[in-house]
Amino acid sequence: MSAVVVLGAGMHPWGKWGRPFVEYGVAAARAALRDAGVAWTDVQYVVGADTIRNGYPGFVSGATYAQALGWTGARIASCYAACASGAQAVDIARTRILAGLCDVALVVGADSTPKGFFKPVGGDRHDDPDWLRFRLLGAANPAYFGLYARRRMALYGSTSDDFAAVKVKNALAGSLNPMARYRARVTAEEVLASPMVADPLRLMDICATSDGGAAVVLASEAYARRLGATAPVRLAAVSTVTPTFPNAVLELPNFATDSCAAVPAPERPFRAAIAHAAYEEAGLGPEDVSFAEVYDLSTALELDWVEDVGLCPPGEADKLLRAGETALGGRVPVNPSGGLASFGEAIPAQAIAQLCELTNQLRGAAGARQVPGARVGLAVNQGLFGHGSAIVATT
Amino acid sequence: MTLAIDGWFAIDGDGATHLIGTTCLTCGTVAFPPQRGLCRNPRCEGEETAETRLPRRGRVWSYTDACYPPPEPYVAARPYRPVTLAAVELDGAGLVVLGQVRDLTVNDLEVGMELELVHGPLADGPLVWMWGRAS
Repeated sequence: MSAVVVLGAGMHPWGKWGRPFVEYGVAAARAALRDAGVAWTDVQYVVGADTIRNGYPGFVSGATYAQALGWTGARIASCYAACASGAQAVDIARTRILAGLCDVALVVGADSTPKGFFKPVGGDRHDDPDWLRFRLLGAANPAYFGLYARRRMALYGSTSDDFAAVKVKNALAGSLNPMARYRARVTAEEVLASPMVADPLRLMDICATSDGGAAVVLASEAYARRLGATAPVRLAAVSTVTPTFPNAVLELPNFATDSCAAVPAPERPFRAAIAHAAYEEAGLGPEDVSFAEVYDLSTALELDWVEDVGLCPPGEADKLLRAGETALGGRVPVNPSGGLASFGEAIPAQAIAQLCELTNQLRGAAGARQVPGARVGLAVNQGLFGHGSAIVATT
Repeated sequence: MTLAIDGWFAIDGDGATHLIGTTCLTCGTVAFPPQRGLCRNPRCEGEETAETRLPRRGRVWSYTDACYPPPEPYVAARPYRPVTLAAVELDGAGLVVLGQVRDLTVNDLEVGMELELVHGPLADGPLVWMWGRAS
């Protein structure tokens, strides 16, 4: 299979800017196009990762960005898969390139978020589990993160100190990233003194909601060669898998797991399956990974992911963390960008931002947070309602 | 007596609370919330399910709380008291069900502890299933 390459990557800094999401998306798109050396008018295909909290333009974001950049007659797509929207958008563009239907595509995701907890889209919607979990249980997103964290403590003996150490590590990396929202280093004492939000998780254990935008320009190898790009970063795999029945983990926004009474649970739980599918497609394994961007919606969840993607056996992520192996300068840095701990979540932009970090690292252009000799980068993420998201990129 | 949602749980005359699930008549897969009609087992084409009362007891899979008032459409009590939540693995049903916890805080709970299904009111009145201390 011929490869699809990342010709350009661009971002609008994360923050709480309070401006329309289109501005962030267009800024990121222009940055990615400049980085690629591709004119907007040469882009043949545009994919937008949608946002659901910004009215109709958010639901048709491919068209919204194309119009804002100036109609050129390019073909478009828009897609939504919650936190996995960006990976789906990347996958749609790359499969179109692989099919030979276009040579160069622009993928954009951006969000403008309200303050505080994410809440469901308005209206009385008694048939929508996302509405019902708030109405009946008051189960906001951090409640699910709290359940996973407490479960981890019970299974593996993780402690609040371990969780705080994740935040300290990611804040240090984020302090070196000009695109991150939170640039201050923090101490474990500060994390442990922050207010409890969803026991056992405190405010500084949980990712914020942010504004931000990210974009990539993808192209066929032949197009990249014609453009004179030397050794562009290659997309080795994109995994957008769904769970396998019965899913025995209580997933956002569900009230219950599937039942394992009639059919036994699959050998590989969902989060592990997301990474596994990407490894299979890339013909690589966890031992090949130079660094990983994982979806640290909470500090505790980063530890789960480290195990799920195979960087260590279940229950040993805390040990890896404590040995400094997942920090910048360690054997396999995790979240060298600073992760969600430093960015906060701009939902449709986040998986694309992960790919931007993969690209910068694999180019050797990540500055003070560069992972020396990075050859293979993995990004993983999960969108609610059963959306897997993993990308493997290589030099 | 108003239930916050119809068809998901029932309260007997003696006050005992049951979750209502469904069982696929073809493969036996149990589901909660009730899945009327289609079965979610990918290898089953069953389209008929029967309502089932799920086991009333189970063991805590995990638990947490909401230290700040959850956003709408949740109606938070004033003054607000943290909502405790538990995910409980039902005895013999092979599934974990999330619910608010009545009269217990996170300090009273442990993973693996036995709880029993009860019910209690939301701040604006309607009843919802809850997890409580096993009798």
